[in-house]
Amino acid sequence: MDLMNILFIAPFLDMADAPVFLAEVVISGVLTGVMYSLVALGFVLIFKASGVFNFAQGAMVLFAALTLVGLMERGVPVWLALIGTAAVMVALAFVIERVMLRPLINQEGIILFMATIGLDFLLQGVGQIAWGSNVKVLNVGIPNKSFEVGGILLNEFDLFAALIAAVLVGVLAVFFQKTAIGRALRAVADDHQAALAVGIPLTTIWVIVWSVAGIVALVAGIMWGAKSGVQFSLSLIALKSLPVLILGGFTSIPGAIIGGLIIGVGEKIAEIYWGPAFGGAIEGWFAYMLALVFLLFRPQGLFGERIIERV
Amino acid sequence: MLYREAGQFKTSYAKDQAVFPIIQDRWFIALILVVAYGVVPFVANEYWLQAVLIPFLIFALAAIGLNLLTGYAGQLSLGTGAFMAVGAYATYKITTAFPEINILVVFVMSGFVAAGVGVVFGIPSLRIKGFYLAVATLAAQFFILWLFNKVGWFYNDNPSGTITAPPRTFLGIMVTGPEATAETRYLISLTFLVIFALLAKNLVRGRIGRAWMAIRDMDVAAEIIGIRPLQTKLLAFAISSFYCGVAGAMTVFLWLGSAETEAFDIFVSFQVLFMVIIGGLGSILGSILGAAFITLVPIFLTNAPALVNLPMPTDLGKHIEEIIFGGMIIFFLIVEPNGFARLWQIAKEKLRRWPFPY
Repeated sequence: MDLMNILFIAPFLDMADAPVFLAEVVISGVLTGVMYSLVALGFVLIFKASGVFNFAQGAMVLFAALTLVGLMERGVPVWLALIGTAAVMVALAFVIERVMLRPLINQEGIILFMATIGLDFLLQGVGQIAWGSNVKVLNVGIPNKSFEVGGILLNEFDLFAALIAAVLVGVLAVFFQKTAIGRALRAVADDHQAALAVGIPLTTIWVIVWSVAGIVALVAGIMWGAKSGVQFSLSLIALKSLPVLILGGFTSIPGAIIGGLIIGVGEKIAEIYWGPAFGGAIEGWFAYMLALVFLLFRPQGLFGERIIERV
Repeated sequence: MLYREAGQFKTSYAKDQAVFPIIQDRWFIALILVVAYGVVPFVANEYWLQAVLIPFLIFALAAIGLNLLTGYAGQLSLGTGAFMAVGAYATYKITTAFPEINILVVFVMSGFVAAGVGVVFGIPSLRIKGFYLAVATLAAQFFILWLFNKVGWFYNDNPSGTITAPPRTFLGIMVTGPEATAETRYLISLTFLVIFALLAKNLVRGRIGRAWMAIRDMDVAAEIIGIRPLQTKLLAFAISSFYCGVAGAMTVFLWLGSAETEAFDIFVSFQVLFMVIIGGLGSILGSILGAAFITLVPIFLTNAPALVNLPMPTDLGKHIEEIIFGGMIIFFLIVEPNGFARLWQIAKEKLRRWPFPY
């Protein structure tokens, strides 16, 4: 009876008692979720266009953030450093496509997945040798002040992050729906062979999509880096964005956003209201369990394409 | 010339169905076993046994376990570390509660505990496939380790939060604990690996193995020809977790001596997956070769700068190690995506004709 109380009654009473606090928890969850979504976006882009489950996305985030900080430490102005880092990410996409993807064309998904784990090691090593492995402070001039709206404490930085994410998604949506390249990308995502047959150059598309993912990684790197410093643990965020992915569906951009929000909010609420019942620190696995339970009912995720199997 | 089956006639079904039908294979295996049992324990020093050979044997066992699940039954899993942890903690609990049970029996018992846990986390595999399943098994990885960290019962409320191998004997010889010699622990690990590798080899040749492969290749089609997906998949999870559980128990009791949950974190899962893929999916021999490669390469990379007298600060060395390791994996996948097992097969084909060019 006591257990039932702790699990099913007390948390809701707590919520009802302090609605402002609940709102703060939800908002902080939403904002963490936005950050997860930013990392998950990069995954979705690459998975859609090339069917590669890119485990190295986290390492790309770290690599981009390290490059940016490294350039800025050498006295390069912010805007130039941003352009420089974006250029580095595009160059990286070229190298990855040429050296890694092209020889592995037509291999099974798990082989490509393995290769990206190798890439993950490689990027972490290269990034940290080139730019040093100590924790760095990233300051690109994002305002970071707290203010109150109706008794709820908000942070300008978090709002800025949400805004950036919204803009990014908007730009990507336009890019995918309205431009010729975007249409080509969607065609490749639908069917590689059909796309090749109508004359879409597959390798070029891959370079483009890895470049876009690299730039998304840069944005995510700036946000995470400015929030918690640029350090090795950034690459572990990739693991956290995996449940976001399966919740939203591997192939859906809106899915990545919604999934990120659900995971972010769910995780925060679970930690604060149900955490004490379990002895705390349930944030580490809650997202995975949520995703797992969810998958039992909807195996393709919220917005994923329906999995149709033919014999 | 060296490796020719010409002239080796099989006169009975039993001979035809032998695990090693060719006499050269039998000699080769016998030679390896003689060296491993008769020569290595006397020649190798403490460092080689403790830092190289014992981890290799243990990881080879875990890799065989994962290969049964991923390579044969086609279910991608990233929860290997957690299943190993279940084995280790189960052994610790059983052997501290019932010290009179023989420790080697306890290893097998904890394998069954791990198998039970594996079945529970294998249930989603009935609806989820591929990478979705891999992420779902991550839930096992994080949840189980969190549980072992949080609940004091699992480590007997030890204030340091670690589990330590108590001294236990087998036939009057100290097997675990600080007083067990590296040679003993090596021989026990080797025996476990040999027995379980042979079991696995026979398992995958039989009805169960064929059912797994049918499920891997196309589960809907397998269902239509009368293979039950529920039983087959859960059996794959159970047996795979059994192997991983025994390997986990050996990790703490025969190799590390004492451990926390960090010894079984997500990187262990990745490491074992690397072994399986580098070695060759769907090959028992490949798992062993892959385990050898993945355990030896980092040791070689750590020691290589010292061998050529190159001074190297530790953290730079670590990053260079990461780069070389990652690079080698990509290189290897490009050169031979089917792993060492395939290379060995090609070598055998070549050896048939060698040294004659026709």
